[in-house]
Amino acid sequence: MKSAIYYKTKRITINLIIHLFLLTVAVSCLFPLLWMLSSSLKTQETIFKDMSIIPKEFHFENYYLAWKEGGFGRYFLNSVIYTVSVVIGIIVVASLAAYAFSRLSFPGKNLLFYIFMAAMMIPLPGSFVPLFVLMNKLHLRNTALGYILAMINVGLSTSIFLLKTFFDKMPKELEDAARIDGCSKLGIWWNVALPLAKPVLAVVVVFNALNVWNEYVLALIIFDSKALMPLQVALMNFHGEFITKYPLLMAGLTLTALPIIITYIFMQKYIIKGVTQGAIVG
Amino acid sequence: MKIKSILENYMFVLPALVIFAIFYIIPFVWVFQIGLFDWDGISPTRIFVGLNNFIEIFKEDKIWWQSMWQAGYITLIALTFQNALAFLLALACDREIRLKNFYRLIFFIPPILSEVVVGLVWQWILDGNYGLLNYWLRNLGLAHLARSWLSDPKTALTTVAIIHSWKGFGWGFLIFLAGLQTIPRELYEAARVDGADAWYIFRKITIPLMVPVGVLVAILTILGTMQAFVLIIAMTGGGPAYHTQVPVLRILASMRGSSRFGYACAQGITFGFILMIVSFIQYRFSKKFRQI
Repeated sequence: MKSAIYYKTKRITINLIIHLFLLTVAVSCLFPLLWMLSSSLKTQETIFKDMSIIPKEFHFENYYLAWKEGGFGRYFLNSVIYTVSVVIGIIVVASLAAYAFSRLSFPGKNLLFYIFMAAMMIPLPGSFVPLFVLMNKLHLRNTALGYILAMINVGLSTSIFLLKTFFDKMPKELEDAARIDGCSKLGIWWNVALPLAKPVLAVVVVFNALNVWNEYVLALIIFDSKALMPLQVALMNFHGEFITKYPLLMAGLTLTALPIIITYIFMQKYIIKGVTQGAIVG
Repeated sequence: MKIKSILENYMFVLPALVIFAIFYIIPFVWVFQIGLFDWDGISPTRIFVGLNNFIEIFKEDKIWWQSMWQAGYITLIALTFQNALAFLLALACDREIRLKNFYRLIFFIPPILSEVVVGLVWQWILDGNYGLLNYWLRNLGLAHLARSWLSDPKTALTTVAIIHSWKGFGWGFLIFLAGLQTIPRELYEAARVDGADAWYIFRKITIPLMVPVGVLVAILTILGTMQAFVLIIAMTGGGPAYHTQVPVLRILASMRGSSRFGYACAQGITFGFILMIVSFIQYRFSKKFRQI
């Protein structure tokens, strides 16, 4: 038999190696963000020479310049508008449909549901090409409404799936009670089903909000005018300009990443649930 | 049932149906239609060319197939390096260990950031002249290793693949960890009581039970990585000289660069079919594994 000390040292060594491994990867995850933040506080002159991680001087005015002169204030507002509108749209449209698929009966119900689900399974790379043509025909190209509707469609199938799964498991008694009290179907959906679905609604909200905030290619093909562009496209344009103002670009990147990271820290549970479930069904 | 009640029920799905029909079904049908034409996407006339677009893809478009191989190469690195890392990290966290929640929080930060943000930040770090990586290499006396990572044809594709893995391993980590946590602890206890060592337990209990999870992660990795392209736009734009081109970038280039909408749709259909075949094979494989 080996001594207790042998086992203890062995366990401590193994734990140490594991922590070292985990810590190395964790640092590699955070460091690029730290470097982004650090670069955003340098000037166009010092950024190419001063390679220190903590800058010698903090030029917070870069954020002001990026917001005002870089136009990121405008793009930030656009991104907020698109994200909020799409999320509200999806919540209403998807929860109505999911409630019907779960609770109401009508001919062709299963077929319709399977069509929605098939849309998640069939890969359609390059679907932005016919979408561009369609947007032109409907005169929705280069409009906020066109982008919002297209993005509602993107999140629709997954959201319907998540909500229907939840409604299926929900006890029927409350709805029955409401019906006996004379509540209409729409009233039950609004007063009973939606409040009960809060946990899954949170998942749907953060999953879609993240998707819209980070979306690039549809915004690229739908918008021509700068005034309508969301952050992601604006960042790429800013980078593509003749002389890239790196400190301002880094400030713009920080402004884009910050809301996501803050939301993530506070809503970690829902985000992880949403993105993993969204990925698995999609 | 009364007709009025049925109509009422239809009203619930109507908004979803209308949006879905306009923005999903119509484009879906149009892809197949436009793919048969030579068309710039704007002019009122378009020329019917039958399957000529597809013939061109298969016979002449070398860059298209090069882009397919390159996406395959990135996928291969994601399948091996990225998923091995994800699995090892999940194993390391599947125990009573301090800071477990902290690690889980951090590992999922790269996946939630946009590809544009990740791409542009890494592009700045990897810059040939002013990048931090080359600065560090020079300071460590490894100046001969410093290079323009993203504009050197020898390193560009692998660099892109590694950054893609950096952004994506958090997914695999979370799914693997969730899988590991479903393995009943009693199984491990029982094996230990019977005198099995850690390596034996790992091979005979952990690995067999994790096969279905592994297949799931592999499917998600392949479908996700083959279609990834925004990260590449942000890092290299497909260059140097087509060395980091991938299929979806080619589709975008056919559409926006050369205004060949018919050809872009034909490329999309070709790629879509290839992805369908890949996921079908994977699906069959995963069924086989589940039977064992």
